[in-house]
Amino acid sequence: MYQADIYQTTTFLKDLVSSVTSPQGMDWLAQKVEFLSADTSQPKDLYIAFSAAPRFIGKEKLQVSEQVIQTAANIRAGFNPANWSTAQAARTILILSIPHQNAEVYLATIEKLFNTADMGELVALYAALPLLPHPESFKKRASEGVRTNMGDVFEAIALNNPYPADYMEEDAWNQLVLKTLFVGKPIYRIYGIEKRVNPKLARMLSDYAHERWAAGRTVSPELWRSVGPCLDDTLLNDIKKLFAQPNELEREAAALACTQSTFAPAHDLLNEHTTLKERVNRGEITWDLIGNRLLEMN
Amino acid sequence: MNTHNLMLIDPHIHMTSRTTDDYQRMREAGIVAIIEPAFWLGQPRTEVGSFKDYFSSLVGWERFRASQFGIKHYCTIGLNSKEANNEALAEQVMELLPLFVCKEGVVGIGEIGYDDQTPAEDRFFRAQLDLAKEVGLPVQVHTPHRDKKAGTITSMEVCLEHGIAPDMVVIDHNNEETVRDVLDRGFWAAFTIYPNSKMGNERMVEIVKQYGSERIIVNSSADWGVSDPLSVPKTASLMLEKGISIEDVRKVCYQNALDSFGKSGQMHESDWLTTTNVDQREKFSDNSVLRGGQTPVIGEIKADTALESNIVR
Repeated sequence: MYQADIYQTTTFLKDLVSSVTSPQGMDWLAQKVEFLSADTSQPKDLYIAFSAAPRFIGKEKLQVSEQVIQTAANIRAGFNPANWSTAQAARTILILSIPHQNAEVYLATIEKLFNTADMGELVALYAALPLLPHPESFKKRASEGVRTNMGDVFEAIALNNPYPADYMEEDAWNQLVLKTLFVGKPIYRIYGIEKRVNPKLARMLSDYAHERWAAGRTVSPELWRSVGPCLDDTLLNDIKKLFAQPNELEREAAALACTQSTFAPAHDLLNEHTTLKERVNRGEITWDLIGNRLLEMN
Repeated sequence: MNTHNLMLIDPHIHMTSRTTDDYQRMREAGIVAIIEPAFWLGQPRTEVGSFKDYFSSLVGWERFRASQFGIKHYCTIGLNSKEANNEALAEQVMELLPLFVCKEGVVGIGEIGYDDQTPAEDRFFRAQLDLAKEVGLPVQVHTPHRDKKAGTITSMEVCLEHGIAPDMVVIDHNNEETVRDVLDRGFWAAFTIYPNSKMGNERMVEIVKQYGSERIIVNSSADWGVSDPLSVPKTASLMLEKGISIEDVRKVCYQNALDSFGKSGQMHESDWLTTTNVDQREKFSDNSVLRGGQTPVIGEIKADTALESNIVR
């Protein structure tokens, strides 16, 4: 029923909010939390508090150190509030404060918030999915989030969010990865990208690369991260092509893809590229480094 | 058209009915912020869910779309007078409103008021005035097309009866016949510049010459009908051409809109002064505002079209 301890989560978030928000803002939040946690509170009370949060708490970015990220990950593996705002954290505290024993009622309440949300609210709700009770209930909602055309909302569900890797069905997960590439967002910020590798996704990514090549467009080197572990005779042709690209990052991606594979011909192919192989072995080439370099270049 | 590079606000425009071309031309003409009042869609809705999705789009997708063209989008939320006449539906819409009125960028309750001036319209106008008072938001009042003068006066009297201060109410769609009553009572007086109906902008020039720039606001109310999303810049340009001072033009085409709806606490000049650049890369290459093959604009959107005559009759 729980992915993260609610008391631990809300205490952690309150600390983060209080270091940025005014004492009056914290008073408002404490009052709302107390009010909403009572069985007598009405749905309307939550709706108004949830939407009005920025008016009292502000929208500053949280101050998140490496230490804080570590604490967050201890509360819930993959939870990373590095890009969260104070209002977002306050909204998360609010939806963790209402009674949640009845899964059906809780789901209906959260769905109502989703269905009437503005952009900031959608960001808060999708990013909070890995912290909510009854995580199994939100699979469809998470898939819906991937369909958004609003950049910030897409990032909230797809990037630095452990919910999709832990709960999404395979087809929905595959759409998430493909769409992340499609809209030019960084793959290395998808939590659990390695864990959810599957042959269907590898095939879809290869098809997408072919489509791009046919149109004379570039292909992100990050695409091959989810292809490497599934290499077979067909996919290996893509990697051969990749080794022949003038772009160094693409050749690095080819070497990494081969390293990830258990397919013997992939290792033979890598042995033909000794410099790259040695650099991979020395840890000089990693997917995260490639992702970072791509972001810097954009 | 020459607006002397003034920053402009159009505080009444229904962008869900407009195209991206409009957004682009509005930005080129100096519009930095807009307010989109909730209204009807040209035909009455029959389900409460249609209202919910419409309100959601005002605080969601439409705001996002505007941001793609460097325009800050705000809205007012309310049950319009025409659809108040379907009482069973109107009651359900009233239950929806608390979900939306405190959302970010909601700068008022609107547009509400009278159309046929029926008892049902009166009932829901009053209920929404109470809601505005409860949440401390300004009110944007639509005045009726027919029996306008009496309807305008009734609207103001009902506001006062509900304990709402005149400076929290923008009375919209004024004309030569109503302006005096509205200003004398201390309300904000907005004017809609519409081709062939409400007001032409040559008449607007005369009104500002006669009444000055205090509490007078110009808007386009552009929607799905014949209307002009450049009414505010065109009127600003014409006023300057006709010798109205740039300070007065700035007030009626910018500052007064900000001062009135700014009372919501949801609209600040810094909102657009600090984020003037556009980055369409933020968005999606296939089905965002950009279609396949279009190059995202990064930085300032450049004017590339000659804008037509600045007179709207």
